[in-house]
Amino acid sequence: MASLEPHTRRLEDEAIYIMREAVAEFRNPVMLYSIGKDSGAMLHIAQKAFYPGKLPFPLLHVDTTWKFREMIEFRHEIARRFGLDLLVHVNEEGRARGASPVSDSGTHTQVMKTEGLRQAITKWQFDCAFGGARRDEEKSRAKERIFSHRSANHLWDPRQQRPELWRNFNTRIKPGESMRVFPLSNWTELDVWEYIRAENIPVVPLYFAKERPVVERNGALIMVDDERLPLLPGETPRNLSVRFRTLGCYPLTGAMLSHADTLDDIIDEMRASRHSEREGRVIDHDESSSMEKKKREGYF
Amino acid sequence: MSGPSPDTDRSTKAGAARSLTTVPPALRFLTCGSVDDGKSTLIGRLLYEQNLIFDDQISALERDSKKHGTTGDDIDYALLLDGLEAEREQGITIDVAYRYFSTPKRAFIVADTPGHEQYTRNMATGASNAELAVLLVDARKGLLTQTRRHAVVASLLGIRHVVLAVNKMDLVAFDQSIFKSITKNFAQFASDLGFKEIVPIPVSARYGDNVSSDSANMPWYSGPHLLSCLETVDAETDSDGKPFRMPVQWVNRPNSEFRGFAGTLTSGSARPGDEIVVLPSGQTSTIKTVTGSDGDLALAGPGNSVTIVLNEEIDVARGDMLAALRDRPQVADQFAAHLVWMANEPLLPGRSYLMKINHNWLTATVTDLKHRIDVNTLAKLAAKTLAINEAGVCNLSVARSIAFDSYACNRATGAFILIDRNSNETVAAGMIDFALRRAANIHHHHSTVSKSARAALNHHRPAVLWFTGLPGSGKSTIANLVEAGLHARGIHTILLDGDNLRHGLNKDLGFAEPDRVENIRRVGEVARLMTEAGLVVLCSFISPFQAERRMVRELLPEGEFIEIFVDTPLEDCIARDPKGLYRRALAGEIKNFTGVTQPYEVPQDPDLHLMTVRDQPAALAAQVIDDLARRKIF
Repeated sequence: MASLEPHTRRLEDEAIYIMREAVAEFRNPVMLYSIGKDSGAMLHIAQKAFYPGKLPFPLLHVDTTWKFREMIEFRHEIARRFGLDLLVHVNEEGRARGASPVSDSGTHTQVMKTEGLRQAITKWQFDCAFGGARRDEEKSRAKERIFSHRSANHLWDPRQQRPELWRNFNTRIKPGESMRVFPLSNWTELDVWEYIRAENIPVVPLYFAKERPVVERNGALIMVDDERLPLLPGETPRNLSVRFRTLGCYPLTGAMLSHADTLDDIIDEMRASRHSEREGRVIDHDESSSMEKKKREGYF
Repeated sequence: MSGPSPDTDRSTKAGAARSLTTVPPALRFLTCGSVDDGKSTLIGRLLYEQNLIFDDQISALERDSKKHGTTGDDIDYALLLDGLEAEREQGITIDVAYRYFSTPKRAFIVADTPGHEQYTRNMATGASNAELAVLLVDARKGLLTQTRRHAVVASLLGIRHVVLAVNKMDLVAFDQSIFKSITKNFAQFASDLGFKEIVPIPVSARYGDNVSSDSANMPWYSGPHLLSCLETVDAETDSDGKPFRMPVQWVNRPNSEFRGFAGTLTSGSARPGDEIVVLPSGQTSTIKTVTGSDGDLALAGPGNSVTIVLNEEIDVARGDMLAALRDRPQVADQFAAHLVWMANEPLLPGRSYLMKINHNWLTATVTDLKHRIDVNTLAKLAAKTLAINEAGVCNLSVARSIAFDSYACNRATGAFILIDRNSNETVAAGMIDFALRRAANIHHHHSTVSKSARAALNHHRPAVLWFTGLPGSGKSTIANLVEAGLHARGIHTILLDGDNLRHGLNKDLGFAEPDRVENIRRVGEVARLMTEAGLVVLCSFISPFQAERRMVRELLPEGEFIEIFVDTPLEDCIARDPKGLYRRALAGEIKNFTGVTQPYEVPQDPDLHLMTVRDQPAALAAQVIDDLARRKIF
């Protein structure tokens, strides 16, 4: 195992500090596990933070039922391999209503992700939820605290954020309120990949280039992951060598043409990239402040 | 885009360029200065010139510049950082934004902080984790109040390296004399601020002069451009050469075999065999193992998050501090500190706040506000309170002794935050100056006759009956009847009210909020002493604030404080007006009158709730006496 650069080690030390602080202060924490690379890095750090003990909290996956199949397989495999207490929540009401990212992506995200997360936090009465979000992902995230307060209705108020001084976190909440905690706040996308390489952390194979069936839609390459994706007139899936830079619901996640099939290649390709990480996310592009809107409503 | 075009080839790689040699931890710095001095523009420009902005972000920026931009047809770089909707609409920075970038020489985390005075607290937040400040000045305007304020706040928060970026040089025709005069003024002002190094640089953020390349417009300037300055500054970490400190964050006890103390070294080093002391208990031990993120370590250094196992089985809990045996931190329950106030509600000396320090939660009180700091002149001004964004020096008292260092010695173990107990808001940043020895020298004298012995002689238990309510609600009338009833039953009582205290012990106090808080604090202490004597103490005070009533409750053992809410509607109080005070207050003759010009915070959960609209005073007094009997006071 390659030893960590001092830069990455400092970020790891900081993330461990943040997780321990939350575990010491909150009654019922949970780690939101999205199956992506950031969640993978966060899980890896958590195992170090509480070593030799086991993780003092469960993991939670809010399943929108439209994740890539390989993501769900990977989730099963990770839970089995590490003996994790993994909770899965689906917004059954939304499923019954037939929410679908194909017909209406905005409503689907709102119902299956944002509402699903709020339901799960209420159901298990979590007072603290770790998330793998990073400040370099998006402008409104760049403004968010590491310990980010949520009202009893799970809402984020960007105008009323508590000052966050030093690393002295104000963890006080009233009954029903909760805290989102982001241990990777100060990491960049490149930091995460270099950490994954140095620590040999398993990630979903979708991050590596491979021939996959895709169709081109509104400038994005969408993978035909199962039969639920209706093909539009004139669309024929083509097998192209593609990989994914971020992972979400497959009809909303654009692939990139790539031949990078190793961690070294991915890191080289990313360093040369002229595009930001979230460009492949269909739901982010409605308007410049759409992430802030979703976050205020309780989205991660 | 107008102006000299930055040297960027869009086909080359973007994102974080990194050298193959060892990457040190990122330099954490902030940009500050007055509003419209161009802080966000400077950082936006720097990122743009360094080719660190992605193509899709550039197209979004072009789109947003047309909609919200303040630079005409040019790209408004500030929109790269002003990420909140409210910020983009108003064209200002409200909250701290963090940006991450690296050059082949160094990685950076920059906190872009707001310039408006009303958001000074957010600037302080950005400064608390920074090693260097880039302080911007508009060349046309020179040093403004807000420039000085930010210099003072940066200094208070322990920043030792300052880059004075004199911006908008293009608007003063790149005039060297203007730059020189601003530089000289700042050096004079900052001479008392303890900065180790001030690097003045003339820049134009909008056109890129001296941002990441030398400016052709200012041949008279031979110093470094901003980026080269940031890449080479030696912001030695705060903890170099300092003694070992590790506040215990979490006790790791997965099984009966293992008991480790998890935390992050704030300074110094730890290795197996080192002798340590646990504070405040003072127990000593030696380190058995230090476990880092990759297993057992021979040596851990500042910033490392570790788990330490000791050779001796001693009592250690979250909030204790492990420290070098021969170079210990201070331990005290009273200390002097600098405060930066961050809440809309002003600081009230005497009020009980929560303090978080080194993983401890404590109740804390400002016992003496010594002075406020005038940010223009650094003069010490007398003050009874601190308003939002003001800084001052005070003495604090906390509920129990804790270990800490002075902030000047250690930015981690000498810092604390204060939190409002009702709203849970963070109301102040605190930096400890030194321990006050008074606390250490006053030892409690244990008297032979105990409180319980006195109570036994009295044949009843002591208690404080706290009557709270609006002026004219009938508190004193009911309290008088209760005292008479208790006296008739052979119970030893005393009645304290505004009249007998404000004419003597508290005659130096007025009616503004800070004085009201101090008034109640003194009443609480007197009442507590009288319960030591075994008395039932009846206190009749408006006591409008929840926080002070709680403070008195916490002075006393569980069950000895009985809060009695005398609930009379305001209209009835005004109609009754036994002393004619409402009439005068409503006519504007009395300032600070509760119910008229000052709020009354209704008790959320009183022990007794007396409704004067329902029952006569005698019946209400009987209710109180019955309740005391139920509580087995007699």
